[in-house]
Amino acid sequence: MKLIDEKKVTSGMKGRIFRNSLFKNIFLLATLLCLLFLIVLFWRILSQGLAYLDWQFLNSLPSRKPEKAGIYTALNGTLWMMAVVVPVTMILGIGTAIYLEEYAKKNKFTTFIQVNISNLAGVPSVVYGLLGLTIFVRALNLGTSVLAAGLTMSLLILPVVIVSAQEAIRAVPNSLREASYGMGATKWQTILNVVLPAALPGILTGTILALSRAIGETAPLVVLGIPLYLAFLPTSFLDEFTALPMQIYNWTSRPQAEFQNLAAAGIIVLLAILIIMNSVAILIRNKFQKKY
Amino acid sequence: MARIKKAFLSIFVLFAFVALAACGPQNQGDEANSGNNETGAENTAESGEQLSGEVLIDGSSTVFPIAEAVVEEYNMEQPKVKVSVSVSGTGGGFERFIAGETDISNASRPIKDEEKQGLADAGVEYTEFEIAYDGLSVVVNKENDWVDHITIEELKKMWVEDGSVKKWSDIRPEWPDEEIKFYSPGQDSGTFDYFNEVILEDEQIVKSAQLSEDDNILVQGVQGDKYAIGYFGYSYYAENKDTLKVVPIDGGDGPVEPTNETIENGTYTPLSRPLFIYVKNEALQRPEVYNFVEFFLNNAGDMAEEVGYVRLPQEKYEEALKTLEGLK
Repeated sequence: MKLIDEKKVTSGMKGRIFRNSLFKNIFLLATLLCLLFLIVLFWRILSQGLAYLDWQFLNSLPSRKPEKAGIYTALNGTLWMMAVVVPVTMILGIGTAIYLEEYAKKNKFTTFIQVNISNLAGVPSVVYGLLGLTIFVRALNLGTSVLAAGLTMSLLILPVVIVSAQEAIRAVPNSLREASYGMGATKWQTILNVVLPAALPGILTGTILALSRAIGETAPLVVLGIPLYLAFLPTSFLDEFTALPMQIYNWTSRPQAEFQNLAAAGIIVLLAILIIMNSVAILIRNKFQKKY
Repeated sequence: MARIKKAFLSIFVLFAFVALAACGPQNQGDEANSGNNETGAENTAESGEQLSGEVLIDGSSTVFPIAEAVVEEYNMEQPKVKVSVSVSGTGGGFERFIAGETDISNASRPIKDEEKQGLADAGVEYTEFEIAYDGLSVVVNKENDWVDHITIEELKKMWVEDGSVKKWSDIRPEWPDEEIKFYSPGQDSGTFDYFNEVILEDEQIVKSAQLSEDDNILVQGVQGDKYAIGYFGYSYYAENKDTLKVVPIDGGDGPVEPTNETIENGTYTPLSRPLFIYVKNEALQRPEVYNFVEFFLNNAGDMAEEVGYVRLPQEKYEEALKTLEGLK
């Protein structure tokens, strides 16, 4: 008795092989298309902006004269803002994720919170700007300060951080937790010594990707009324500041072509910061990744 | 345990690096300022006394380049006065002005009645200063060889929605039988408001019009289409003179092309519009605000011209300075 009907196999073979290579090529094409856009973007930005990118550009104030203009205040302002966003989102985001995954009972209320968080991740950033304007700028009277903008940006990216941290924590096998309890560890000891180390790569990847988004957002800042031009740096978190994406946006809308080149140079700096942040995320992930 | 400590340590180091970078070269801002010795600004009548304090400005993105230029010059004279300029737009700026959050509001159109009412309700007294002119320029494609001038009535006929497909031949029979492509600034902009007031007179703009908040998009749109027409601020035309054709406007006294001269002397009407700053009277009691506004009015003409707008006649600035003195 034959287990395989050879005729049937050979008749279907051609089509199967064809489909196999068809899908392979479709996927390859998709990848190449993404790459192509990336290359076009890089080429355009670099060819426009590279000539303007020098130490003077990083160290000068914005100016009406393109050859003298720089991003000193904007770059520093962005770093100041991130100094608020990084700790706030990490503490609140990871804290919430730990609570929801490890402590909270699964009931209607937590499901409700869960659904809300997932939905908030899709809310347009302008809406967060309005929220920040109402709460931080007006109600809490923080004005257009680093703190107000930083907290608004944190709100904006918190849902993404929480969801990705939850995923990472959920991915830690339960057997590990049980082993820890079996050794007599408390819940907190288990979370600190077993769950977090195992989930850390995932948590950090998600967090840093979210932080990259906070760096690049313009809309919420415009809604908050963050200044575009100022000639001084913040000295505390309650001072005013300006941010890189706002400066870039302003330059792209100017009539003079030189300003558009400056915008390209600004984008290169922004991209450099993003690439550095993402590489750190990848490094941390690789370093701490361990298979269970 | 050791691993997680290391991880947190590395986060901490990253964070510290960020904070350090942020606080690092603190005084370089001042250096950058004082390093700029070449100054095109006139000195104010005030003595060289050093003021300090804050001046908060918000409002129109059209006025922003002038404000930026003025503040840039002002900071060379008064480096300790912290002036900040936001760009919430004319309407958004007035909103914050009414809420008492700003000292000066930039506007690319005169204040509206409801905004006046808001200020009255909030008990804010203010003064309006004209600082420069902008000539709304109506432009067509470089290859457009049929339009030599256009009247206000024709502009209105063209831009107001009446349910039909607009063709060039509908405006004047000798023009080509081709559909007109419209490019207009977005409805939130002061530029649109002004065009709406003098041309559309509050009627619906053609639905087929491409609206964009970014005037460079409009420039590209008109550059790329032989049958296009668009309008935007004079500076966007001035920067693209080689690739756009400007349409002389006939406001009743024959066709006039927008140029620095025709906008300044008022013959380019009705499409040249004044740009404003609105100052809170109460804020003028603070010496730094008074000093800044005085500096602004003294230098607005030069700065406006440098960034692509048109200066007011000198008498207007002198008049404004007199008004300002009366508010001290």
